[in-house]
Amino acid sequence: MESFKQFDHDVLVIGAGGAGLRAAIGAAEAGASVGLICKSLLGKAHTVMAEGGMAAAMGNVDDRDNWQVHFADTMRGGQYLNNWRMAELHAKEAPDRVRELEAWGAVFDRTEDGRILQRNFGGHRYPRLAHVGDRTGLEMIRTLQDHLVYIQNIQVYMESTVIRLLKAGDRVNGVVAYDRERGEFSVFTANAVVLATGGIGRAFSITSNSWEYTGDGHSLAYNAGAALQDMEFVQFHPTGMVWPPSVKGVLVTEGVRGEGGVLRNKDGRRFMFDDIPENYRAQTADNEEEGWRYVQGDKNARRPPELLTRDHVARCIMREVREGRGSPHGGVFLDISWIKTRLKDGEAHIKKKLPSMYHQFKQLADIDITKEPMEIGPTTHYVMGGIRVDGDTQMSTVPGLFAAGECAAGLHGANRLGGNSLSDLVVFGKRAGEAAAAYATKQSRASAPQDAPAQVMSEALSPFARGKEAGAESSFQVQQDLQTMMQSLVGIVRREDEMKKALDGLEELKRRAAKVAVPGGREFNPGWHTALDLGNLLAVSEAVTRSALERKESRGGHFRDDYPEKDPVFSKFNILLRRGDNGEMVVSRENIPEMRGDLKQIVEEQK
Amino acid sequence: MSDRATFRVWRGDSSGGQFRDYATKISEGMVVLDAIHQIQSESASDLAVRWNCKAGKCGSCSAEINGMPKLMCMTRLNSLDLSQPVTVEPMRAFPLLRDLVTNVSSNFRAKLKLKKFTPRAADSPDGTWRMQQTDVDRIQEFRKCIECFLCQDVCHVLRDHHKHEEFVGPRFFVYAAALEMHPLDTEDRTAQLKEAGGIGYCNITKCCTTVCPENITITDNAIIPLKERVVDRFYDPLHALVRLVRGKRNDPAGT
Repeated sequence: MESFKQFDHDVLVIGAGGAGLRAAIGAAEAGASVGLICKSLLGKAHTVMAEGGMAAAMGNVDDRDNWQVHFADTMRGGQYLNNWRMAELHAKEAPDRVRELEAWGAVFDRTEDGRILQRNFGGHRYPRLAHVGDRTGLEMIRTLQDHLVYIQNIQVYMESTVIRLLKAGDRVNGVVAYDRERGEFSVFTANAVVLATGGIGRAFSITSNSWEYTGDGHSLAYNAGAALQDMEFVQFHPTGMVWPPSVKGVLVTEGVRGEGGVLRNKDGRRFMFDDIPENYRAQTADNEEEGWRYVQGDKNARRPPELLTRDHVARCIMREVREGRGSPHGGVFLDISWIKTRLKDGEAHIKKKLPSMYHQFKQLADIDITKEPMEIGPTTHYVMGGIRVDGDTQMSTVPGLFAAGECAAGLHGANRLGGNSLSDLVVFGKRAGEAAAAYATKQSRASAPQDAPAQVMSEALSPFARGKEAGAESSFQVQQDLQTMMQSLVGIVRREDEMKKALDGLEELKRRAAKVAVPGGREFNPGWHTALDLGNLLAVSEAVTRSALERKESRGGHFRDDYPEKDPVFSKFNILLRRGDNGEMVVSRENIPEMRGDLKQIVEEQK
Repeated sequence: MSDRATFRVWRGDSSGGQFRDYATKISEGMVVLDAIHQIQSESASDLAVRWNCKAGKCGSCSAEINGMPKLMCMTRLNSLDLSQPVTVEPMRAFPLLRDLVTNVSSNFRAKLKLKKFTPRAADSPDGTWRMQQTDVDRIQEFRKCIECFLCQDVCHVLRDHHKHEEFVGPRFFVYAAALEMHPLDTEDRTAQLKEAGGIGYCNITKCCTTVCPENITITDNAIIPLKERVVDRFYDPLHALVRLVRGKRNDPAGT
């Protein structure tokens, strides 16, 4: 039998982005011995790419802000499918998590009186995003990383990929992983496992997400019997780069619009004024002048329509493109350079507040954003859906298995507000880590699993064994075909017939994935790594497709051409997915528990 | 520009290796990392390379392109002479794992040689601090660092003299400077910089500053001020006299 190394911890955390790092710190501070397993080097996780900021109702810029307004904004943005308990905890605890980062060394941009500066963002009523220029994610991950490395009872296992969760009875009791560098296997035992693996963007061809975003946590949890929820809700960020081809999908921060950037079609029209949804009309400016006053901090002005929620902005852009009013490369124009006509030091201001964007366009597209507009279009950015968890503890439906951050569902409902992700990571990362530590120390010691690892390892090695067979497939090709298919059939605009075609396509891709052969050895072999990611991508693609078929309406990130309107019937439940007895994916509807009276009142008052 | 280019890529592991040529199709806007991915998918699926964000934000895809330390994701093909093969090789200051991937673990040990951030007591009863933007502009420059380790790669103390365990290197002088100049920090790392950090090895050739993809002025803004602190503390005769008179206030061995 294949040999493997063995490690033992109280709590394992899978993933080292914002949620994973904060969970590990939380668990370690609660006294647990923690193993932190991550696919990349420490500090490289996808959080590093978050740009705009971290939403927290601190009221530093506008003292009318408080947790109640943030809660109501989050629920409105999520079209009330959110787990309201999570939205409540998030709004209440985010300010403490921002201050905690400052206490750990983060250096946010400052207000004139020396406090943490907050900026405007889509769907947030007041300036709420603590930020550092447009590299807030880097600041968060580095702060957490630099705090974590000095903590004694955390062991970090870098460049290791978890391929299976192990169970004893109903409980999770460990994982099987391989290290990417040498291709050797390890079995980790632990009483509690926190998944913090991020999203699924690599299931689509146009995405702002890195190679790591292959839905590992979603798939590991699903295969271990946990329920997934809201998987139809994928966020297509309205502003990704569209040109040149090699950078298609790379994110352009919403901070550009927060700083006064405007969207125009090829005729120069600010088309966002043409379609303002009913539930946002009262708080949205109806003329350009008022919109500009808002981004300049005028408390009596309403926000410009460019700062409507991402789902809506993305659809408006699609409409312009489809109706022939797009830019030369199939997007629309995003212009920040125009603020020079309003601000005397406009050029310097753009470079100070949006340095990465300036750099990114200059270097990758030969565009100077202080002088000319950018061309942008929607890009797959985030999945609102994920592992169903308890709002307070983040425990999944499998005992001992927790989830935090993007791979968990609930906080964002049908659509996530910009800035609510970074705060999500640390609010629920902390909660998950602490709850996992509490759970782990209450259980009797997990015993090392005996038989399961052998089978997992031989399955993982099978692509090497298939090396010379006829009809062998390349892992890169299968992945690419999957991405192309999902983009075109289950992308930003969906239809029943196309999604059914996608389900057939997924069956075919599963057959091809089973024939993937990998040349070369086990040491740092990307072809092999991609082959092992395929199972996860196929599982999450199927989950998205089946949930999207079930939701016969349009809401938030989910838009159906054949059911273009919101349907009140679908406002009552979440869609769940579980693995059936024969390995089939079972779809069900789970009623949303009625909102607590005091929270209902807040929602009403903030309407 | 012709529609194909040749990439001369280092293939091998710690036991040895050689350059191998791969020709691939090129298109508008392509960067070196795109070409490497294309080669992977067409003809070398086991070609080892680290990458993540592909937007210059994570610092994973560091390599030496035509001999220059660069991020592969930010190096446009139109900035290179494509009439010749483009050489792509791993960072040479670190032990090779495979192909373009090196063992950078020494970098992850270096931080622990420097004391962690320790803030002063909060300024306000609600536990928050006040800092002016002008007071944090300087360290915000340092905190742009994406830990790509290109500065470590180009530094001759590491690259040619292999002092990885005695000299923390430019990245960690930037780290130290961000802490030392942090308005809230109360620690003193001067002795650590001299001893465990080995800052004396740096003879300010500024190669690190030249290769920094984030344009951090590493030498002038981080290393030189730290060197000045070390000199003031340990080598200034006037200070030594003051110390002699006033008693041994600073322990040169460091704690």
